[in-house]
Amino acid sequence: MSGEEFVPLSLTPLLIGMFAAVACALPGNFLVLRKQALIGDAISHVVLPGIVVAFLVTGTVSTWPMMIGAAVAAVVAVGLIEAIRRLGRIEPGAAMGVTFTSMFAGGVLLLEQSDTSTVHLDVEHALYGNLESLIWLDAVGWQSLWDPAALAGLPNELIRMGLTLIVVVCFVWLFWRPLKLSTFDEGFARTLGMRTGVLGLALVVIAAIAAVAAFDAVGSIIVIAMFICPPAGARLMTNRLEVQIVWSVIFALMSAILGYFIAGYGPQWLGAENAVSAAGMIATVSGLILALAALFGPCRKRTGAPAV
Amino acid sequence: MTVELVANQGLPPVADKVENAPLAVRGMTVSYGQKPVVFSVDMTVAEGSMTAIVGPNGAGKSTLLKAALGIVKPLSGQTMVFGQPLPGQRHRIAYVPQRASVDWDFPTRVIDVVLMGLYRELGLLKRVRQPHLDKAMACLERVGMTDFSDRQIGQLSGGQQQRVFLARALAQGADLYLLDEPFAGVDAATEKAIIAVLKGLREEGKTVVAVHHDLATVPEYFDRVFMINTSKIAEGTVAEVFTAENLNKTYGGRLATGQIDQLDLVTG
Repeated sequence: MSGEEFVPLSLTPLLIGMFAAVACALPGNFLVLRKQALIGDAISHVVLPGIVVAFLVTGTVSTWPMMIGAAVAAVVAVGLIEAIRRLGRIEPGAAMGVTFTSMFAGGVLLLEQSDTSTVHLDVEHALYGNLESLIWLDAVGWQSLWDPAALAGLPNELIRMGLTLIVVVCFVWLFWRPLKLSTFDEGFARTLGMRTGVLGLALVVIAAIAAVAAFDAVGSIIVIAMFICPPAGARLMTNRLEVQIVWSVIFALMSAILGYFIAGYGPQWLGAENAVSAAGMIATVSGLILALAALFGPCRKRTGAPAV
Repeated sequence: MTVELVANQGLPPVADKVENAPLAVRGMTVSYGQKPVVFSVDMTVAEGSMTAIVGPNGAGKSTLLKAALGIVKPLSGQTMVFGQPLPGQRHRIAYVPQRASVDWDFPTRVIDVVLMGLYRELGLLKRVRQPHLDKAMACLERVGMTDFSDRQIGQLSGGQQQRVFLARALAQGADLYLLDEPFAGVDAATEKAIIAVLKGLREEGKTVVAVHHDLATVPEYFDRVFMINTSKIAEGTVAEVFTAENLNKTYGGRLATGQIDQLDLVTG
């Protein structure tokens, strides 16, 4: 594969996939340990009605209205989940289940009933995103990386996903100790004066930012998979949270890179003509990595809670 | 608010000075849903004492502790710590939660848990350096767990896990230690080790409060006792209030007479 072909056609989708995978996997570590992994699933589903409503209100498929619509929908969903959980006194998983399925279904109905035929907004887009189309037309080869004119033509999604990743990394780095402490022992954290409720909400907000940013570029399938599969696989590789984070990043990057190339070239190796969805293949690879970790990971035995 | 004047009967100095008491809880009421779990409870912990909180299951022992510390939000009530409101005094408190309240599958090592007790020193970003590690290891030494510092916490027995929690509290270097059922589900050796550490703390002039289940060991381990069944039943020195009458009031006749006879009670 030459630079003339790789850089314009594959480099940016690959980077966007990698950024999205890591941005979701990092908060996913804490969500999985807090047994809140479904929240990633919920967020990625509920953004659909938000995006549709934003389109209906503004009439365009531009970035900011859609991001704001998605964010509003995510906030509404978090509120609904809390309300259902408290008023119905049921476990959070059930409250998330009814909230995100209803809101996603509502989004699909809205989308079908509204006239979106003229724009690129449909249910498939919401699920798989459009990773393959995020190409860098101004690039002619590796030398374009040093060419300001070509760099100006980088897809917006790449810049947005890169910024999102920076925000996520800063959050996890800055609040590492409170996150770890309150995830392990919330009661103790509160006796230190830590505002664990605010911190938990901040974690969900960061996850929502990652989900919404990734959603537009890569669709909700990757988002759901990356919140859960790399962190869950990483947990089976080590008994230390610090090391688990590193493994989750490695698994997320492996999923993105392997998934992207298998989707693009795998069918040709098998003699088929077309490529398959990169987003779908990235999610599949992350699931396979998790399966391998579950079968062969060194720390997959449950050790805690010995008989009292 | 009444100030109890208690005859000391030769026990360690436990003057009830309400205004500077290590822990003074006033009018604490907590409810889960409709039902009050703790109702209008006043509690005054004497400085340098070891106090047992006793009462039947569901009597609000743990909830009282959690509400006093702000872990659960009370309907009403306030906490004073060494005569000051709680928020500015948190550095003087160490808390040992119930062992069953955390997930021991959590990916972390014994030494990391003890280092959590140094959060106040370390803050958000300060690197863990040798002095911090030395301090944490010294705390593990006091509970006899130095050999386990690199173990994942799930690989420990229940008693060992409880010791690690105690080591974390020691690392906090507090003046008031609040423990929620520190002897629940631990082996006899651990129970001895823990009580030795707690008595050592009292000798240093620290104050210890523990939710305690085993009535038989109250007189041996503690010098003061707080009896609760949603409302406060009695509070004072073991010599004074750990009586068959108060136990009957607290447990509502759920203790068989034979059980009460076996306790080392102060009788009439």
